[in-house]
Amino acid sequence: MVLDSSKDLAPAEPTGIWSWITTVDHKRIGLLYGVTALIAFFVAGLEALLLRLQLTTANGTVLSADAYNQLFTMHGLTMLLVVVMPVGAAFMNYFIPLHIGARDVAFPRANAFSYWLFLFSTIMLLSSFVLGGAPDGGWFGYAPLSTQLDEFVRMDYYAIGAQLLGIASIMASANFIATVFTMRAPGMNLMRIPVFTWMAVVVSFLLIFSLPIFGVGLFQMFFDRNFGTQFFGGGGDPLLWQHLFWLFGHPEVYVLILPAMGIVSEVIPVFSRKPLFGYPFVVFSGIAIGFMGFGVWAHHMYTAGLGPVAEAGFGVATMMIAVPTGVKIFNWIGTMWGGKVRFELPMMFAIGFVSLFVIGGLSGVLHSVVPSDYQQHDSYFVVAHFHYVLFGGGVFGYVAGAYYWFPKWTGRFLDQRLGQWHFWLMLLGFNLTFAPMHILGLNGMARRTYRYPEGLGWEFWNQVATVGSFIIGISFLIFAWNLIKSRKHGVAAGSDPWDGRTLEWSIPSPPPVHNFDEIPHVEHVDDFWHRKYATDEEGRAVRMPDVTGGTIAPETTTGGESEGGGHEDDMHMPSPSYYPIVAAFGIIITGYGFVYLPGGWVAVGVGALVTLWGFFGWSLEPVTRDEHHD
Amino acid sequence: MTSPAVETHEHHDIRPIRKAAMWVFLGSECMFFGSMIATFLLYRNNTADGPGAEIFDIPFTSASSFVLLMSSLTMVLAHNAFEKRDARGTRIWLLATALLGTTFLAGQIYEFTEFVHKGLTLSTSSFGSSFYMLTGFHGAHVAIGVLMLLAMFYLSLDGRLYEDRGLNVELVGLYWHFVDIVWIVIFTVVYLLQV
Repeated sequence: MVLDSSKDLAPAEPTGIWSWITTVDHKRIGLLYGVTALIAFFVAGLEALLLRLQLTTANGTVLSADAYNQLFTMHGLTMLLVVVMPVGAAFMNYFIPLHIGARDVAFPRANAFSYWLFLFSTIMLLSSFVLGGAPDGGWFGYAPLSTQLDEFVRMDYYAIGAQLLGIASIMASANFIATVFTMRAPGMNLMRIPVFTWMAVVVSFLLIFSLPIFGVGLFQMFFDRNFGTQFFGGGGDPLLWQHLFWLFGHPEVYVLILPAMGIVSEVIPVFSRKPLFGYPFVVFSGIAIGFMGFGVWAHHMYTAGLGPVAEAGFGVATMMIAVPTGVKIFNWIGTMWGGKVRFELPMMFAIGFVSLFVIGGLSGVLHSVVPSDYQQHDSYFVVAHFHYVLFGGGVFGYVAGAYYWFPKWTGRFLDQRLGQWHFWLMLLGFNLTFAPMHILGLNGMARRTYRYPEGLGWEFWNQVATVGSFIIGISFLIFAWNLIKSRKHGVAAGSDPWDGRTLEWSIPSPPPVHNFDEIPHVEHVDDFWHRKYATDEEGRAVRMPDVTGGTIAPETTTGGESEGGGHEDDMHMPSPSYYPIVAAFGIIITGYGFVYLPGGWVAVGVGALVTLWGFFGWSLEPVTRDEHHD
Repeated sequence: MTSPAVETHEHHDIRPIRKAAMWVFLGSECMFFGSMIATFLLYRNNTADGPGAEIFDIPFTSASSFVLLMSSLTMVLAHNAFEKRDARGTRIWLLATALLGTTFLAGQIYEFTEFVHKGLTLSTSSFGSSFYMLTGFHGAHVAIGVLMLLAMFYLSLDGRLYEDRGLNVELVGLYWHFVDIVWIVIFTVVYLLQV
């Protein structure tokens, strides 16, 4: 009877496309982020395959130089800003509130706005291919290449598109920080929140402080192109762009990798049946990486001629940043050490992450040594390095997260057999593609060039890399098929399939709209584990009898009254709102207008009005409407 | 049996949460203005034989800076009246703040026009580019602040200021003070430091 009544009170899950457009539910927004990013991943992957086809043979003829420039620029831009960052945002959206025992993020409508702005900016960036040409100055957009006006709109798309993606990210980050710092369940102090959520906080701070710097650089590039300013050209200094860009760009690489590290820190303890070894060390290492990430940007600029003092300083700082990263590697190994390791799919991808990230991390340390970097700069060695950390590290970590949490999203497992194929093909294809690039780079092959002459001994390894890249492509087609198939027909998983440790496993799969029937009281790190297991005299975990299948026994819910001491037993969920999508749409009209200046001023004006309407409607509408009265 | 969810309409107090987010946003703004100030410092002497810092009219800009700083005082009074639920006082001081902000903006427009007449434009030199970008973005922030103040004023007319909404007087106040503080830095670095 008790459960029935609480079911009636809980808001029902709305359906239909309008409910997705106006949704403010963090779980739905998380899924939207994930699906969008996965589609963008296939687009950016296709771009990469075209690049690989071009480079398979000497003097390749698949692509023109112009097409190659557009594709390699968009591959980088899309993968970093439209795939990996949003995949991180997808996991953060879905799991921050569940990890800290909250019903939603702090600002549900701002959250929806972040997503819509991200989606529209993505569409805008990709639309550039057919509307005058895609950006072709590299994802790094170095001046003066980026400020030359031979091509009318291309780098304007870059300047505006990246700016808007940045605005979306800043809003999302402020939202996550406010959520974690003010909405934790009772007892959930900062040293009890799951490591993934900790890393989300660090990432949010990195974005908050680094994106505005990039924003200023993008404005300057845009002004140089359209209003005749002299920031990077004329009397200005093109190196200013590099400083502003890498002051953002280096923290950005930690933005890409830290959420994956967080996911791995969740997965490894669950599949080793041990708590994370040295939880505070992992957390503080993450924070240290965040701080130090702001002090190493010039290691991207060693060959720009900064002088020996600056280069030595940045070299030492770069070596230092390997220390907290190394600490984490040892913590993960220490967690597996002596544990009952189960080689389920999430664990396999997590171990893949740790191994490949170590390789990428070590070649990164080579780059920190200035004379050594002089040799490797702008060669394929660098390409090999950052694909080992971002793909071998990042993507393996996020895929581990997808296998780990898919049962929570859908209530079903991803298919085992397809998953095995995916893992082994991806591991093989990845190493075939990127390991040879170390050799190519050391043999002098330059990156960012669309073809190379015969007779330099580069053909063989390039062919190997191309074969590898297609194997990666096949592995991800299998993954996509697995996602589609298992969503409806996978093996039913129940609420706690992995014997999990954190709060998201204490609620049904998929979670109800309001997440928690009752806001939990937290007493430990890995609180859910401690509710399931007691420790005997010899320190072994003993399952407690009164907990069944991961859901808390109904007896603990007494009457309609919450035991939460009045902490938010109010089950009002924020009302759906269409203002976020209106505001985001207005901004994107403005964005298109700016790209096509001076004719675009009309669109700028119209877009600004739509944006104002969206924002004012949003600021002035009540958060929850009084529609729950019976 | 009914649950408190239906009986009461007490909301979890969301104001501290909003405040936290506003502080985070202002942290982000610090980096935004910091980057532009750094750019200006880099190009301070890069005038390409065009006009440089000598065209600044220090007495005039000091007066408009004073106006902007006074608007912080009226903002404090507005917030104080808001906390005391003094509707009339809130209304008056909100409007006074918006007026002072508008006065500052008018001064900036006058100043820009003067400089353009004297030959300093966005494209004259790197000095001109970075000067107009920095002060222009600050002006845009003041303008957005004025819009938010007017929205608060509009809400106060029929007593809706105390309902739970995305924006409230306290948040607008935080933003407004931040924009003022940034101006103190800009005024010092751009106008007063002419070494």
